[in-house]
Amino acid sequence: MSLILFIEQALNGLQFGIMLFLMASGLTLVFGVMGLINLAHGSLYMIGAFAAAAAAAATGSFLLALAASVIFAAFAGVLIEIIVIRRLYARDHLDQVLATFALILIFSEGTRWVFGSFPLFLDRPDWLAGTVSLPFGIEYSLYRLAIILTGLVIAAGLFWMIARTRIGIRIRAGENDREMIGALGVNISLLYTFVFALGAGLAGFAGALIGAIQSVQVGMGEPVLILAFVVIVIGGIGSIKGALVGAILVGLTDTLGRTLLPMFFGLFMDASSATSIGASLASMSIYILMAGVLLFRPKGLFGVA
Amino acid sequence: MRKETALNTALLALLLAFPLWAWAADEPFLITLTTRAVIFAIAGIGLNVALGFGGLVSLGHAAFFGIGGYAMGVLAFHAQNYTPLMTWPLALDGTTSMPVIWLVAIILSALLALAIGALSLRTSGVYFIMITLAFAQMLFYFAISWPAYGGEDGLSIYIRNGFPGLNTMDPIQFYAICYALLLLVLFFVWRAARSRFGLMLGAARQNPERVRAIGQTPYRLYLVAFTLSGAITGLAGALFADLNRFVSPSMFSWQTSGEIMVFVILGGVGRVFGPVAGAVLFILLEHILGGLSPYWHIYLGAILLGVVLFARGGLYGLIAGREVAHD
Amino acid sequence: MTDPVLDIRGLSKNFGALTTSNNITLDLHPGEIHALIGPNGAGKSTLIKQITGELPPDSGSVHFNGHDVTHLPTAARARLGMGRTFQISSLAMDYTVLQNVTLGALGAQGGVFRFFRPAMQDKTLLHAARHALEQVGLEAFQNTRTSELSHGQRRQLEVAIALTLSPSAFLMDEPMAGLGVEGSHRLMGFLDGLRHKAPILLVEHDMDAVFKLADRISVLVYGEIIATGSVDEIRQNSRVQSAYLGEETLT
Repeated sequence: MSLILFIEQALNGLQFGIMLFLMASGLTLVFGVMGLINLAHGSLYMIGAFAAAAAAAATGSFLLALAASVIFAAFAGVLIEIIVIRRLYARDHLDQVLATFALILIFSEGTRWVFGSFPLFLDRPDWLAGTVSLPFGIEYSLYRLAIILTGLVIAAGLFWMIARTRIGIRIRAGENDREMIGALGVNISLLYTFVFALGAGLAGFAGALIGAIQSVQVGMGEPVLILAFVVIVIGGIGSIKGALVGAILVGLTDTLGRTLLPMFFGLFMDASSATSIGASLASMSIYILMAGVLLFRPKGLFGVA
Repeated sequence: MRKETALNTALLALLLAFPLWAWAADEPFLITLTTRAVIFAIAGIGLNVALGFGGLVSLGHAAFFGIGGYAMGVLAFHAQNYTPLMTWPLALDGTTSMPVIWLVAIILSALLALAIGALSLRTSGVYFIMITLAFAQMLFYFAISWPAYGGEDGLSIYIRNGFPGLNTMDPIQFYAICYALLLLVLFFVWRAARSRFGLMLGAARQNPERVRAIGQTPYRLYLVAFTLSGAITGLAGALFADLNRFVSPSMFSWQTSGEIMVFVILGGVGRVFGPVAGAVLFILLEHILGGLSPYWHIYLGAILLGVVLFARGGLYGLIAGREVAHD
Repeated sequence: MTDPVLDIRGLSKNFGALTTSNNITLDLHPGEIHALIGPNGAGKSTLIKQITGELPPDSGSVHFNGHDVTHLPTAARARLGMGRTFQISSLAMDYTVLQNVTLGALGAQGGVFRFFRPAMQDKTLLHAARHALEQVGLEAFQNTRTSELSHGQRRQLEVAIALTLSPSAFLMDEPMAGLGVEGSHRLMGFLDGLRHKAPILLVEHDMDAVFKLADRISVLVYGEIIATGSVDEIRQNSRVQSAYLGEETLT
C-alpha cells in the first residue's frame, strides 16, 4: 500500500479518535467526580447533532449550528442532572445503568416523535469544503483537518482547566475524596451540575461535528457511546489523559484495521473472502485491543490500581 | 402461604390458562404473544443468575441470546439447504432437531460466557458493565460483517425445527415446549439458589472479603454463575429464533441486552420468579402502550425510571415486600 | 519449645517514602495469646493484611503451619487454617446468623460447586454451624437477619464463623471494639479458653483485656516492633513507656 494512503488513513483514524475523546472525556469526568455511569451520554451526542441540523436549517450558519449543539446539549444535560441524575449519585451502578437506559428510551423516541425517523443532513460550510495540501503531496479533507485541530485545542483546554484553574482543583479534589470537597466548603451540587453540563456540551459538540460527515438520525449516539466506553476502559476510568490516549489508540486501530486487514488477507486469499474476513476481523479489532489491555492492566493504561 | 409463593403460583397458572383460552378462542396471535413472554422470561432468568444472585451487572447478555439464536440459525440453515456444516476437521451436518439445537446453543453460549467472564471478571464495578457491553457489541459487528450467514440482513428459516412427536408449527404445541422448558429452568434455578453453590455465591455478592476469609475464591464462584447465566440465556435465544424462524444481528444489539435487564428489573432482582413477572409485564406494556402510540418506548422509559427511582424491587418488591432470607 | 504456628520473619513494606512495616519478626506458639498493640497509625492493619495475604510484603516471609505462605492468596491461607475476624464486621448482611455460620462450615468443608441439594438442610454443615453458635452464645439468634444484630453480636458472629473453620490459629483484629463492659468480659472469658484450641494473635486497643489475656505482648510503633515480652516485661520496658504508653495511663 502506498505511504500516502497510509498517512491519509492514519489522519482519518486520528480524526475519529479525537471525536471519541470528546465523548470519552465527559464520561470519564462524570464517573471520576460523581461516580456515575451514564448510558444517556450518547443521547446528548444525538441532541447536539439534531440541534445543529435544526439551527443550520433555520439560519444557514454553520457556526451558529455548532453553538446551538453545545448550548442545547449542555442545557439538556443540566435538565436531566437536576431532575434525574442527582438522585442516582448515591445509588449503585445497576440503578444508574437502568435509569440512564430509561433516559435513552425517552430521548430516542422523543426525538423520533419531533423530527421523524428520516435522517437529517447537516452540510459542512463552503469555507471548510474541499481539500488542503499537506507535505508529501497529500490532499486531505479540510473539514476533517479542522476537526482534528479543534479537538486538540479542546483537549489542551481541558488539561489546562483541570491542572490550573480553581474549578479544576475542585474536580481533582472530588475525584480523590468526595467528602473532602464538602469539607472545603465547595458547593457540591453546583460543581456536579457544572461537570455534567460540561460533559454534555462536549458530547453535543462532537455530535454536530460528526453530523456533518455522516447523517443525523435517532440512534446515532449509542454506537459512539459504546466505543467511548471501550476508550475509557483502555485508558483507565477517571483519567482525562487516559481518555485521550485511549481514544487515539481506538481511532487508529479501527480505521487502519478496516483498510489494512482486508489488504493483508488479500495477500494469500481471493479478493472476496479477503474482504469479508478482513472486514469481520477489523470490526472486532478494537475489542481485541481492549481485551489485550485488560489482560495486563485490569484498571486500564492510566487507571489507579 | 407466603405472598411470594402465591404470586409465583398465580403467574404459572396464568401462563398455563391464558394460552389455553386463546387456543380455545382461536386467537393464535395471543398464543404467540405469550410464547414471547415465556421465552423472554427464560432469558431474564438466565441474566438473573448473574445479576440477582451473583451481583454481576452484565450489560452484554445479548451476546448469549444472539449466540443461541445463531446456533439455531446456522444448524437449520445447513440442514435445510443440504449443505454440510463443516467438512474439516470433522464432517458435520446441520440439524433441524430442536433438542440437538438446544444442546448446541447451551454449550456454545456457556463456552462464550466462560471466555467473556474469564476476561471481564478480572475487573469489577463499572468496568465490568462497560466490558460486557463491549463484548456483546463486538459480536454484533461480527455478525453484521460476516457474510456467510446473511450479514446485516440476518437468516430466515423456512420451517420451524422439529420436536419428536409434536407439530411445532402449531402455536399451542410450540408454546407447550417453551412452557415446559420454563418450568425446567425455574426448577433448576430454584434448587441452585438454595444449594451450597447458591449460598456461597450470595455471600460473594454481599461480601467477597468474607468469602475469601473462609477459604473460597469469589472469582470462581462468579465465573461459574456467569457461565450458567449465559447458558440459560443462550437457550432462550435458540427458542426465540425458532419462534420467529429468523435470526439477525439485532439479537446481539445493546438494546437486547438492555431489554433482558428490564425483564429482570420490572419483576424483581434476585427473585427466582422475578424475570417471569417482568417479562409478562413487559409484553403487556408493549401490547397495550404499543397500541396507543408508536412512540411507546417513551412511556416504557418513564415507567422504568419510576421503578428505579421509587420502586426498587420491582413487582415482587411491591407485592411481596422485602425479601426474607430463605432457608 | 514447640515450633511456632505462625512465624513472621523480616517483613517489610513501604508505600513510597512511608515505611509501614520495618523488618518485623513475630511468632505465635501453640496455646498462647500473643497481643499486638501500638498507637494508631503504627501499621497494625498493614501488618495484618500482609499476614492474611491481602497485601504483598516488599521483603520478608510468612510461614504458617510449616508452609511458606508469603505468596499465597487469602483464600489459600484460610484453607490452611488461618481463622480471621475483622476489625469492621465483614458478614453477609442479608443472610441469617445461621446462614453466615453455615457458610463458614461450608468454606471449611469445601464442595462448593454443588447445585442441587439445599445447603441449609445439610446435617453435617448445620451441626458444625450450631456448635459454633453455641460456643459464642448466639444460638438464640440463629434465625435473625444479620443486619439486625447489635454491634457486639456481630463480633460474636465473626468469632463463630472463624470457629467453624477449626483453624490452627486465630487472627483477631480488635474483637473487643465497641462491645461494652459486659460484652467484653464475656468475650474475654471465651478467648481465655480458646487459646488451648488454637493460639490467638490478638490486635487490641483495650489494654485491660490485653493485660489480662496475653501471654506475650509485642509493641508496634512506626512500623517497628520495639519490644516483645511478657505482660510484666512490657509494663516495665522504658522504651515502650516513652514511645507509647505515655499516651495512656497504665494501671
